[in-house]
Amino acid sequence: MSEQNEHAHHIVSPAVYAGILLALLVGTAVTVWASYIDLGEWIPLPGLVIAWNPIVALAIACTKATLVVLFFMHVKYSTKLTMLTVFSGVFMFLVLVGMTLADYISRAWGRW
Amino acid sequence: MSDNSPIAHGDAAHAEHPAYLRHHFNSVEQQADTANFAMWLFLLTEVMFFGGLFTAYLIYRNWYYPAFVAGSHQLSIPLGGFNTLLLITSSFTMAMGVWCAETRRKSGLVLCLCLTFILGLGFLGVKTVEYSEKIEKHHVPGFHYSLSSFLDPDSDAAAKAAGDKPMALDMARHTEVYFSLYFAMTGMHALHMIIGIAILGFMIVRAQAGAYTSGHVTFVENFGLYWHFVDIVWIFLFPLLYLISRH
Repeated sequence: MSEQNEHAHHIVSPAVYAGILLALLVGTAVTVWASYIDLGEWIPLPGLVIAWNPIVALAIACTKATLVVLFFMHVKYSTKLTMLTVFSGVFMFLVLVGMTLADYISRAWGRW
Repeated sequence: MSDNSPIAHGDAAHAEHPAYLRHHFNSVEQQADTANFAMWLFLLTEVMFFGGLFTAYLIYRNWYYPAFVAGSHQLSIPLGGFNTLLLITSSFTMAMGVWCAETRRKSGLVLCLCLTFILGLGFLGVKTVEYSEKIEKHHVPGFHYSLSSFLDPDSDAAAKAAGDKPMALDMARHTEVYFSLYFAMTGMHALHMIIGIAILGFMIVRAQAGAYTSGHVTFVENFGLYWHFVDIVWIFLFPLLYLISRH
């Protein structure tokens, strides 16, 4: 009768939380530090300029967000249903933003 | 009768169970998993909501990049960085609160919730200082919006310190787009903080009565998810709004 759980409720220890707090603080410091350095830019196509500074800032932010989701929000210890929900949500978000930006970038392709 | 005291039904059809286990669930675990799943679905709607703002930001930033650089130079990195510190620490105290609830430490839970409450208020306090500076300098979009910081950077301490060059009028006007997005994004984030702080106040009162430290921790856990989500939004807002072209 009773539904079998994938695993019993997992209690994350304060030591893990403290480690994540430390990582997040270091990440914040690195973000500010990196913003003061000119990391240059990459021009894969004429007219398409990709600056490294915002990419590095976003990469650090994504790493910090992943740590928060996995540990503070317990997704690492959650059911597969929760993991799938979180993953599909992030994936859908990236699809929507990616398609919008692809449309925006390609409207005047070759005419700049 | 406490929410946690067992209910024994007169009929033999089903067994004794804690009062917080609703009848349409098979077990406490299934009920907890369902609440967790539902909370995540709500958070996904929040991701889509903020996602629209972030997409608008990306497109306008690409379009009016010099205006976004000049607008960003008007923000204080020390204040924004300090707020990031406050919010990350409040996420930690909230996570510790969930741990206290799970391990049934009532005074620890009340302490953690109070610390989260104070750190949240501290964040809003710093935000108030930042907003009032924007009001004083007429950097709030609208009829009284002033372009002087961008047309004549030497007249503005922040623009001068960043080494800004005078902008052409048509690009300077687009700093208003930057500040519209700045107020929309940080304002929606602050509204989420205010709602969170109000719920925290309610939880502190309930926690003192021992509501979350006798086995039923779903409310604290789900509120924790909400609070961490608001933290994640700020983790992205800080570099995107404050740290545009600082080198």
